[in-house]
Amino acid sequence: MTDQSASSVVPARVTALARAREIVFSGPLVTIAAGILLIIVLSALLAQWIVPHDPVRLSPGVRLKPPSEEFWLGTDAYGRDLFSRIIYGGRISLVVGVAAAIFAVVLGLLLGLLAGYIRWIDAVLMRMVDGLMAIPSILLAIAIVSLWGASLWTVLVAITIPEVPRVVRLVRSLVLSAREEPYVEAAIAAGTPTWIIMRRHLVPNTIAPLIIQGTYICASAILTEAILSFLGAGINPETPSWGNIMAEGRIYFQINPGIVLWPGLVVSITILSINLLGDAVRDALDPRMAKRGIER
Amino acid sequence: MSLLEISDLRIALNGDRDSQVVKGLDLSIEAGQTTCLVGESGSGKSLTALATMGLLPPVLKPIAGSIKLKGEELLGAKQSRLRALRATSMSMIFQEPMTALNPVARVGQQIEEVLEFHSDLSQSARKTRVKEMMEQVHLPDVDKMYRSFPHQLSGGQRQRIMIAMALVMRPQLLIADEPTTALDVTTQAQILSLIRELREEQGAAVLFITHDMGVVSEIADDVTVLKLGEVMETQKLDDLLRRPKTEYTRDLLRSVPSQVPRMARPRTSDNVVLEATDLCKTYGGGGLFRKGREVKAAQDVSFSLPKGRTLGIVGESGSGKTTVARCIMRLIDPTSGAIRVGGTDIAQLTQKELKPERKNIQIVFQDPMRSLNPRIEIGQSIIEGPLNFGVPKDKALARARELLELVGLPASAVNRFPHQFSGGQRQRIAIARALAMDPDVLVADEAVSALDVSVQAQVLNLLAELQERLGLGILFITHDLGVAAQICDDVLVMQYGKVVEYGPAAQVLGSPQQDYTKALIKAAPGRHWDFANFRPFAEAAE
Repeated sequence: MTDQSASSVVPARVTALARAREIVFSGPLVTIAAGILLIIVLSALLAQWIVPHDPVRLSPGVRLKPPSEEFWLGTDAYGRDLFSRIIYGGRISLVVGVAAAIFAVVLGLLLGLLAGYIRWIDAVLMRMVDGLMAIPSILLAIAIVSLWGASLWTVLVAITIPEVPRVVRLVRSLVLSAREEPYVEAAIAAGTPTWIIMRRHLVPNTIAPLIIQGTYICASAILTEAILSFLGAGINPETPSWGNIMAEGRIYFQINPGIVLWPGLVVSITILSINLLGDAVRDALDPRMAKRGIER
Repeated sequence: MSLLEISDLRIALNGDRDSQVVKGLDLSIEAGQTTCLVGESGSGKSLTALATMGLLPPVLKPIAGSIKLKGEELLGAKQSRLRALRATSMSMIFQEPMTALNPVARVGQQIEEVLEFHSDLSQSARKTRVKEMMEQVHLPDVDKMYRSFPHQLSGGQRQRIMIAMALVMRPQLLIADEPTTALDVTTQAQILSLIRELREEQGAAVLFITHDMGVVSEIADDVTVLKLGEVMETQKLDDLLRRPKTEYTRDLLRSVPSQVPRMARPRTSDNVVLEATDLCKTYGGGGLFRKGREVKAAQDVSFSLPKGRTLGIVGESGSGKTTVARCIMRLIDPTSGAIRVGGTDIAQLTQKELKPERKNIQIVFQDPMRSLNPRIEIGQSIIEGPLNFGVPKDKALARARELLELVGLPASAVNRFPHQFSGGQRQRIAIARALAMDPDVLVADEAVSALDVSVQAQVLNLLAELQERLGLGILFITHDLGVAAQICDDVLVMQYGKVVEYGPAAQVLGSPQQDYTKALIKAAPGRHWDFANFRPFAEAAE
């Protein structure tokens, strides 16, 4: 029992690539999700070579056209090609999603480590976190954006801040249980400085749950960005993002419903794929959840 | 016909013939008898019990043999039939009374539930029967106890509830899987006598699973010794203890720590390496917004430990022995008192002032699975301390290799990960890590309690050998009087945070003055047997 269970807790010796491959091919749904994400990411990266039209050029002559051979998904109220705008919109949405996930995880990790390990910081910090969690995240985000004006950075900050408390709580609880481990106490007894204890003995315990949490934050940030843009508190409407394409199309829903539906579909599929991938990562990193029955 | 008849039982992982975990076990128990299934971890003793109850995890499958209860074949029986047999004809009690009960249901109702499913008694009759049963297992104040929740009861009381639950349908077979391992010795003695008593009253057969030879000597009629899934031998208790047939059993018996205290070694040095004076630790108390209950976990604990000697702190759970160890290590801050390590009082030092003193005192913990960081190579774990004190890395690693050889592991093991070692080996690595700091004092907090007896004996020998060579002062925290008797020069007995008795081991354990110490010694299972010499102590005196 010892060897098997211990080795599944310690994934360190398998190369990251082999591990990623194992996760991606852990089930047909996951493989499809990963494939969809790959397509979305690649098309966002290579947008200028893919799109048939300039996403921001106004062509009043072709307003609100239905899908055709020239405009695959039709055009919006200013005659801009919807397909091109959605492809370009993915850049903003994905950047926001990934960046918000990274910022929230890094910030949450630092604060969570402090809160979990240093008692007096815990008392102060966690009350602030509680307070922050009491405010609905969309309201908080709107407040932040309207305070500083809409730009990519303020939107990022506005989306990241409400996500941080959840990460702090997660990390704190992991640190609280890890610090009771005898190997941490042995390190204290050996005179190891606090920051090394955190880096060597505590942080590794938080990595797997954080990766999982990160995928959920990424999905939720993409959604929040879309909501903010939809509510008019998002990124400057000139830059296409999935949210503000939908926001602009809202008024013309009866004339050309595709302006709202297509970006909405892309958002849904992206988030679904990210969440599926997140679940697969969780199952791979936390054998207790997935291999129940074999692990006994 | 025997009540339970197991023949040629084979259990395999995934039903694969080549990975058998129980290899052809034969066993039979008569009504009114107790058979002990003894073995170290991995011997397959619990699996045998689970197979009998039809509770094996799905990956483990019986691939051959038969288990007959009153002539009825249980292997391959329908789930519904097994469900009916459980509780009515056979029942089981488990090791952990903390987790085996539902924490949100009243204990009386949990016992009653068994009757509800398996009998057609009326509700009032059920209640009467449950209360009778609770009285039979000697629970106090049954009416109140009936309405209690598990967390309101002590460990011993919970185990009594489990036993009441198991026996309320008067099954002919009771399977007890390490039922006393998680309990204190005094509670253990009570539960063992309860099981004996109930066996006689109800005439049930008991299959008792344990790793503890002391417990075996208290309760068994017949003993079956298992090793890695194979039966080594089956004998009557007395024959087994006096004339074990196999070398394995002989070794097992020799490893059992004797209850007779060793004579204190002559003091070779007056150099006191560790001294505690009026050490107190109080938990809880009032905060800013609340008034908490104060718990005095340690009160006025004083002792001194000279170089090269071993002081044992003995006590049951909640006695404060671990609190003392953690205070000494400054893993928690003592409330008051002094702790002198090599002359410096470390009790009130700040973390910064403490750091240079840390290397003088090191600790080995109980749980070998958790005392090494699973993610880093053991060499890195061992050199962590020396690196903190500025030892160059290559020098520290060379020393780590030496230390591994010193504790009986190959030097090349430095690059391996903890999961590649067994429990006993990991405990050796933890000792090597402690020694890497060249400490004057080693604190061993239940350092051998999680190990099998044979491994335990090896680790104890290792500690004694290292002490001899390096002149370590060892502070040995244990609940096991046998272990304490075997290696301690001095013994300090604690109860409820206070020192009950303190003196040379031969005196404290040989002719105890205090009632509590006497009760502890009396409760220790197997104290009449001199296992290592295959005879009772009474005969040795003749």
